[in-house]
Amino acid sequence: MRQRSIIAITAALAAGSLTLTACGSRDDKGGSSGDKTTVVIGVDAPLTGDLSALGLGIKNSADLAAKTANKEGFVKGIEFKVEPLDDQAQPSVGQQNAQKFISEKDVLGVVGPLNSSVSQQMQKPFNDAGLTQVSPANTGTELTQGDGWKTGDRVRQFKTFFRTATTDEIQGAFAADYLYNKAKVKKAYLIDDQKTYGAGLAASFKTNFTNLGGTIVGNDHVNPDDRDFNAVVAKIKKTGAEALYYGGEYPAAAPLSQQLKDSGQNIPLMGGDGVYSGDYPKLNKKAEGDLATSVGKPVEQLASAKKFIADYKTAGYKDAYEAYGGLTYDATWSIIEAVKLAVEGNDGKLPTDGRKAVLDAMSKIKFDGVTGTISFDQYGDTTNHTMTAYKIKSNAWTPEYSGVPKVG
Amino acid sequence: MNELPQQLANGLILGAMYGLIAIGYTMVYGIVQLINFAHGEIFMVGGFGALTVWLWLPKDFALGVAIPLMILGGIIVSVAVATAAERFAYRPLRNAPRLAPLITAIGLSIVLQQIVWKWYPDAKKDRPFPQFNGGPFDIFGANIQRGDLFIIIAAPICMTALGLFVTKTRSGRGMQATAQDPDTAKLMGINTDRIIVMAFAIGAAFAAIAAVAYGLKNGQVGFRMGFLMGLKAFTAAVLGGIGNIYGAMLGGLVLGVAEALATGYIGDIPGMDLFGGGAWKDVWAFALLILVLLFRPQGLLGERVADRA
Repeated sequence: MRQRSIIAITAALAAGSLTLTACGSRDDKGGSSGDKTTVVIGVDAPLTGDLSALGLGIKNSADLAAKTANKEGFVKGIEFKVEPLDDQAQPSVGQQNAQKFISEKDVLGVVGPLNSSVSQQMQKPFNDAGLTQVSPANTGTELTQGDGWKTGDRVRQFKTFFRTATTDEIQGAFAADYLYNKAKVKKAYLIDDQKTYGAGLAASFKTNFTNLGGTIVGNDHVNPDDRDFNAVVAKIKKTGAEALYYGGEYPAAAPLSQQLKDSGQNIPLMGGDGVYSGDYPKLNKKAEGDLATSVGKPVEQLASAKKFIADYKTAGYKDAYEAYGGLTYDATWSIIEAVKLAVEGNDGKLPTDGRKAVLDAMSKIKFDGVTGTISFDQYGDTTNHTMTAYKIKSNAWTPEYSGVPKVG
Repeated sequence: MNELPQQLANGLILGAMYGLIAIGYTMVYGIVQLINFAHGEIFMVGGFGALTVWLWLPKDFALGVAIPLMILGGIIVSVAVATAAERFAYRPLRNAPRLAPLITAIGLSIVLQQIVWKWYPDAKKDRPFPQFNGGPFDIFGANIQRGDLFIIIAAPICMTALGLFVTKTRSGRGMQATAQDPDTAKLMGINTDRIIVMAFAIGAAFAAIAAVAYGLKNGQVGFRMGFLMGLKAFTAAVLGGIGNIYGAMLGGLVLGVAEALATGYIGDIPGMDLFGGGAWKDVWAFALLILVLLFRPQGLLGERVADRA
């Protein structure tokens, strides 16, 4: 029996190793520079693991915002510093990072995280400490408006939580509107990856698509680590779906779409901003005609975005800014604006209770950012509801239609 | 339309891939009773080895001609990593308590993932893998993709070659002898260290072939691809009877078909729609594993061996 018990222990260890990932490193903190007061902006994102490409883009974009503010002397007497921590896309690690930021007195705001599930664990500690948090990527509607949003009972959850990303509710509504009214699709198949982001988006799409008069002809859930979806794809065939809506991210969406088309079903896959990645057409040979929605107007239509892209290039970061670069820059800049307001309201000096002053200023700021005009509503959500639908044409995302969706 | 042939084909193709990886688990376990949890990562580096060869070749190189070279590249990398792991990580622990090499294997698995993540260019996200142009073939009402032809051809060839090697060659028989009793085998003049290295190398080579199949099928390789595939292959090895090479392949095929059928049909049973589909397929696959082990604890083709003294 000894060998079998070894197998049992092994299986237990295997399960345990699921939760293990490598540790991240972080930059050493430098000393204060000259007579300027140092304000630290914390950044929490997955810097290792399979979402690290997005996380590193967030880290670099936040860094770029801080450097730009320092270079321009945007807030007199203040030197901004970015302190990135790795959350490994895990809620428990995110919470530890939150505690660390709270314990460091010169941290006046935190940008991040990437994952809604991580955010759920960080919101409460930040709220208790009165430390401002601005997420560039969290789209879970309940994060700002509470679980009651579906029934119209919207209550702000945490006074310290803001985001430059739009909600699943708005994104799902926009996707449903585009697919039903513009692409004339009446029957859609629905798949999500069971994560907070994917499931939330799929649920919002379902509600809005059905309300418009469309039919969801079937739905399924997949594992985000899977790359073989042939069994799922074979099921879609018999339903006569005219499009597939996928709530999830591009690493799984790309093979899903290709296998769908390989099976002889020439219907488009549509996704949210998690699918809107330059790598999607690279990983998917049959991406032509696939759709995705993303926040804001297309980059090439905004002068501010061009400047961001040029600056990012000049700064020489090793990793691309990815899907959330612009939103991260805006999130970081919103904290910088709030610090500016706080300093100006206190005779050019940082108030002794810097965190409270920054938090108070957050609801007052308004500026033209990379992704459009940035300000926050009574829930802490961005007031920028403009979304754009993109379509793959000759292997690249091209903007199809921009608009503000009607939610309902 | 009837989707059964399609689902069976999907399952068999996926299962053949599990089976090829499972060979590595089962051979190493058969000889040194070590579950080499880094084997999933051996599979992963094989994929990157093959990709590297493809990137080195001129841009307009025909994929069909490149594949043998890519397999060779993948095998070289996989075998090099596996034999190095055996030499420097496992051999010093050969006489240590069994948990020590097991933990080492898990550690090694994380190390290999991070090495690829850190130093392979652009590997922080999935890298595109070349694929065949052209549409699928229709065989008995099932769509077979061009990329899948590779595994359909490679798996039987590999299994036949391995079967012949183990039964007909001197080294193969030495391997069987070492598996039965390493000490006696050593007394009979078999170089057991060499046999053990050989077991690691063969497993790694098979994993590399599976990695090429994975890349051709899914159009991408990533630093995390070894984890889930490794876990499934390990399951396949246990299902088929760990230590038995044919069992590993059979276990892989059964697991693949079970997953495909669970995805396709469980949701259609009245009242079971919540438990069907892609999300629950792993649950059903593991339920099957438990069921098989309840009635045949030694696995489908495993033999009841007396415990070592």
